[in-house]
Amino acid sequence: MSERIPVLRIGDVLLVSIQTDLEDQSVLDLQEDLAERIVETGAQGVVIDITALEIVDSFVGRMLATTAAISRILDAETVLVGMRPAVAITLVELGLSLGGVRTALSLERGLAMLGRAGGVGAGRA
Amino acid sequence: MAERQESERLVKLLSQQGDVLVGRWIEGVSHTLRGRLSVLELDRELRELYSALVEGLRAGGPDWRGEGWSEVRALLTELSRNRARQGFSPTETATAVFALKELLVPDTDTSQQDFAAYLELNRLVDALGLFTVETYSKTREEIIGAQAEQLLELSTPVVKLWDGVVAVPLVGTLDSARTQVVMEKLLQTLVDTGSEQAIIDITGVPAVDTEVAQHLLKTVVAARLMGAECTISGIRPQIAQTIVALGIQFGDIVTKATLADALKHALRRIGTSPEAAAATVRGAR
Repeated sequence: MSERIPVLRIGDVLLVSIQTDLEDQSVLDLQEDLAERIVETGAQGVVIDITALEIVDSFVGRMLATTAAISRILDAETVLVGMRPAVAITLVELGLSLGGVRTALSLERGLAMLGRAGGVGAGRA
Repeated sequence: MAERQESERLVKLLSQQGDVLVGRWIEGVSHTLRGRLSVLELDRELRELYSALVEGLRAGGPDWRGEGWSEVRALLTELSRNRARQGFSPTETATAVFALKELLVPDTDTSQQDFAAYLELNRLVDALGLFTVETYSKTREEIIGAQAEQLLELSTPVVKLWDGVVAVPLVGTLDSARTQVVMEKLLQTLVDTGSEQAIIDITGVPAVDTEVAQHLLKTVVAARLMGAECTISGIRPQIAQTIVALGIQFGDIVTKATLADALKHALRRIGTSPEAAAATVRGAR
């Protein structure tokens, strides 16, 4: 039984901080939880922080893109932050360029990006 | 058991006039090295080796791969490694061992027993000589490998151009291994410096083919995944023609003719006007 990844709320933004390497099941759980929370809170933005993520496979890579697509349909802009160089290289080698996903170097910049985009009160809620 | 006897006989022969033999050996070897190695050092090296050899024969018999010969092998390894590093030729290195043969040369008075022992020594020296050459070439390969690695590091510096702007001036042909290094270094620098703009300058790349373009595209996409933007600059007219002729699509990747243009573009993207940046530079002077 894998642990569930917490979805935290900061104002209008939901923060998902992934602290462990992902298993297939936990990614699927996360997708479900996140979709529910977006509807529940009416969040305008989602920040997925993968600073601690060291290993990705094609499944996790694809799921990140799908999660972003789901959030967008629910009217929440998604920003993927803190990707490590090794992870980026792996995703590129796997042929996953995560087309529609916005990215930022750090959590701070990700939040700022959301703030600029839709007037979301990030960080000051 | 005959071989055992020969080894014992050989030990006797070698230790009987040990000092004289070593002296002749050293003299022979120093002749081939023509004074490039100090006599004192050579003296120490060969004396050590000689006593290890006699000891090895005594303890391990004729089997030079065995336990009793580990000392000899260690000394030989060290000797050939040093020679390789100091730039001696393989011949000069191996001669040090092969010169051992000259010490015991049979003549008409040699007894049957001694003759067998001499042959035994010959066989051993051949094996040890080959061992030396092998170690020598292995060391050379290690040196070459290390140099190639250093070159790889040298040829891919990531420089910071402005707060939030880093650049990689690429020089030379791009291959998979180099692209990997460039990519890793660039991405790591983006993380370390928190830069959002990266410039890959290919002024020094002599030719761009589909493979090189593929590598460049991968780097740009990887940077994008991390939340940074990448500009490719320094595309010369011929290269632009080649790229179009080959049908390479750069898609929505920004390309600029010169590094200066790319820097201007990057500054605008991070919200600094190039004019203000220029004023800052002038002010600093």
